Amino acid sequence: MEAERKIKVLVAKPGLDGHDRGAKVVAYGLRDAGFEVVYTGLRQTPEQIAMAAIQEDVDFVGLSILSGAHLSLTQRVLQNLREKGAGDKIILVGGIISPADSAKLKEMGVAEVFIPGTSVKTIAEFIRSVVKSESE
Amino acid sequence: MFAKEKLEELGREQENWKTLCLQKALDKVKMKAEHFPKQFYTPLDIREFDHVKELGFPGEYPFTMATHSTAIPAEFLVGARARYSGFGTPEDTRDHFKFLVSKGFTGPSIAFDLPTQIGYDADHPLVKGEVGKIGVACCTLRDMEVIFDAFQGLPLENLRTSFTCNAQTVIILAMYLALAEKKGVPLNRLTGTTQNDILKEYIARGTYIFPPGPSMRLVADTLVYGTKFLPRFNVMSICGYHIREAGATAAQELAFMFANAIAYIEAGLKAGLGIDEFAPRLSYLGGCGSHFFGEVAKFRAARRIYAKIMKERFKAKDPDSFRLRHPSGNANHTFTVQKPLNNIVRSTVQAMSTLLGGCMGGGHAVPYDEALGLYTERSRRIADDTPRILRMEARLGDVIDPLAGSYYVEYLTHQVEEEVWKILEKIDSLGGAVAAIEKGYMQQEIARSAYLYQQEVESGKRVIVGVNKFIEEEEPVEGGMTFEATVEERYLATLANVKKERDNQKVLRALERIRQAAAGTENLMPPVIEAVKLQTTLGEICQALREVFGEYQPNTHL
Repeated sequence: MEAERKIKVLVAKPGLDGHDRGAKVVAYGLRDAGFEVVYTGLRQTPEQIAMAAIQEDVDFVGLSILSGAHLSLTQRVLQNLREKGAGDKIILVGGIISPADSAKLKEMGVAEVFIPGTSVKTIAEFIRSVVKSESE
Repeated sequence: MFAKEKLEELGREQENWKTLCLQKALDKVKMKAEHFPKQFYTPLDIREFDHVKELGFPGEYPFTMATHSTAIPAEFLVGARARYSGFGTPEDTRDHFKFLVSKGFTGPSIAFDLPTQIGYDADHPLVKGEVGKIGVACCTLRDMEVIFDAFQGLPLENLRTSFTCNAQTVIILAMYLALAEKKGVPLNRLTGTTQNDILKEYIARGTYIFPPGPSMRLVADTLVYGTKFLPRFNVMSICGYHIREAGATAAQELAFMFANAIAYIEAGLKAGLGIDEFAPRLSYLGGCGSHFFGEVAKFRAARRIYAKIMKERFKAKDPDSFRLRHPSGNANHTFTVQKPLNNIVRSTVQAMSTLLGGCMGGGHAVPYDEALGLYTERSRRIADDTPRILRMEARLGDVIDPLAGSYYVEYLTHQVEEEVWKILEKIDSLGGAVAAIEKGYMQQEIARSAYLYQQEVESGKRVIVGVNKFIEEEEPVEGGMTFEATVEERYLATLANVKKERDNQKVLRALERIRQAAAGTENLMPPVIEAVKLQTTLGEICQALREVFGEYQPNTHL
C-alpha cells in the first residue's frame, strides 16, 4: 500500500460564474474528510485549471459550474489535461446539470456528476471508491 | 408596556404551571424539560417592550411596523409587474419581453449574461461558451435599443426598468440614458433601478472587475450623477439577497448589507452630497430564508436598524431618508432539484414572510423551477398568482404588521437586531466594509455559515424534505436550462457588424477621454455616455478602465 499520501483534490471554478457557495462547501467538507484540497478561486480558464491540476499534482479535479456552460467548459478542461499529458486525472463535475447533460459529460470522460442536494459525504465516498478500485 | 406587578404575577404563574402542568406531562412520557426547545413566549420574554419606542406607527420612526403609513388595498394590486429575465441575443430577449408585456408586465428586470456583467465583449477569448447564457448579451447601445423595442407603445418613462448590473453600472446606465435621449424622454422623468452594489460582488456574487477602491469611486460618480439628473431613478439597490444566498445567516445578511450601505453613503457624503439629498433614493433588496417567524422578525428589525443608522449615525432629517425600501426575493438556496414541485410550497411560505414582514411588494414568489434554470410558462403563472392568492383570497396584506405585539415575534425581532449591531460594531472595528472585505472577513464568515448549514443538513439536524429525508423518486419536471446552440454565432455576427459600421476614429478618441477621466477625478458618467452613443462597446470601455484602475485579485485561501 502506498505510504500516507493524502488523496489530493483540486476544486475549480471554470468560466465566469461567481457562485462559489457549493465549491467552498465541498472544499471544506473534503478537507475535513481527510483529503488535501486546493481551491482555484473564481474565473479560471480551462488552461489555468489544467496547469493547476498538474502543478499541484492532484488526483482529482472537481469542476463547479452553475452557469449552464458545463458542456463546453468541461470539454475544454479535459482536452487541456490530455494535451498536457495529464489525462489520468479523474474529473468530477458539480452543478445544476440535467440527466441528459450528465450523460454527455460522462461520455466525455467525466467520472461522476453531482447535482445540488448531494452530500459531501457522498462525494468523499465516491472518491475513496475510485481510489480503492484503482489500487486493486 | 407591562406593569411590574403583572410581570411578577406572570412569573409566579409560570412557575406554578411548570410544577403542576408541565411536570405532570413530562413524567407521563418520562422526559425532562431540557429535551424540548422553548415552546412558547410570554411578556416575560420581552419585559421592556415599549410599543411607541420600538415600533412606533406605520411610516413613522423607527419604522418597525412599516416604511409607509398605509398599505395598498388588495383590490388595487395587479401582482407582479417584473420578472427577472433575459437570455440569448438582444433580439431573443426582446421577443420574450414582448410576450411578458402581453401579460401586463411593465417592469422589465433585465438579466445580463456573465460576459456583459464582467465587462467583456462576446468576442473576447475568455468568454467562449458563455454568451447569452443566464442572461442577455448587451455590448452596445444598439443592443439596448433592440431589447427596448419590446416596449413600443409604452413610453420609456412609464417603465420601471431594473438592471442587474454592478461592476459596469456606469456603462449600462449610460446606455439607458442615451436610449432615453434618443427617444426624447427627459432624464428627470426616468424611473428604474441599477443594482450597482459592487461590495456584495466581492463577498457573495463574484461579478467584480476592478479593485474595491476604484469601484467605490464609480459608485460615488453614479450617486452624484443620479442625484443631480435622475430624481426618480434608483441608481443603487443594496442587496442582502445574494449575501444570504451565498450562505449568510439572517443576522449576517442584514449586517453585511447595512455595512455596505454605510460605505456607499460615506462615499456619497465624501463626494459632497448631503445625506437627505441622496439617501431617499437608495433602495434595497432583501433575502429570505425558510424560518417563517425568523424572517418576519428580520424584516421588521431591518427597518428599525436602518432608521437608527440614518438618524443616529448620519443625522438625516428627511423621513424619506429613514425608510428602508426593501423588496425581498425568495430563497433560491432553499429550493431543491429533488421533488421540485415542493418549491411551490417553499416559495409560498417565504412569500408569506415577506408579506407579513412588511417588505415592499411583499408576497412576491419566484417560479418553482428556478433551481433548475430558466422558468417555464406554467411555473411563471403559479408564481404570479401566489401573491394574488395570499392577498386577495387569504387577505394576508390587509393589516399592517399583523404580527406586531406577538411575544415571540417581538422577542425574535429584538434578538436579530442585537446580533446585527454586534456584527456592525465588528466591521467598524475592522475599518468599515471595504477594509473588512479586503481582509476577507465577510467572505470567510459567509463560507463558514454555509458550511455549518451543510453540516447540519448532512447530520440530519436540519431537514430538507426530499433531500436528506422523505426521499422518493419522482418524475423530472419539464424545463431546465436549455440553450440554443447558435446564440453565440448569431450575436458575434451582429457585434462585428456594429464595430464595422461605426466611426472607429471617434471611438478611439472617446476611449482616450475615458482613460483621462478615470485617471483624474471628474465624473465618469458624461464621457461614458458620449462613448456609448458612438457604439463603443462595453468591453472596450471596461478595458480602458482596467488599464487605469487595475483588476481585482481575490484571495483563494480556504
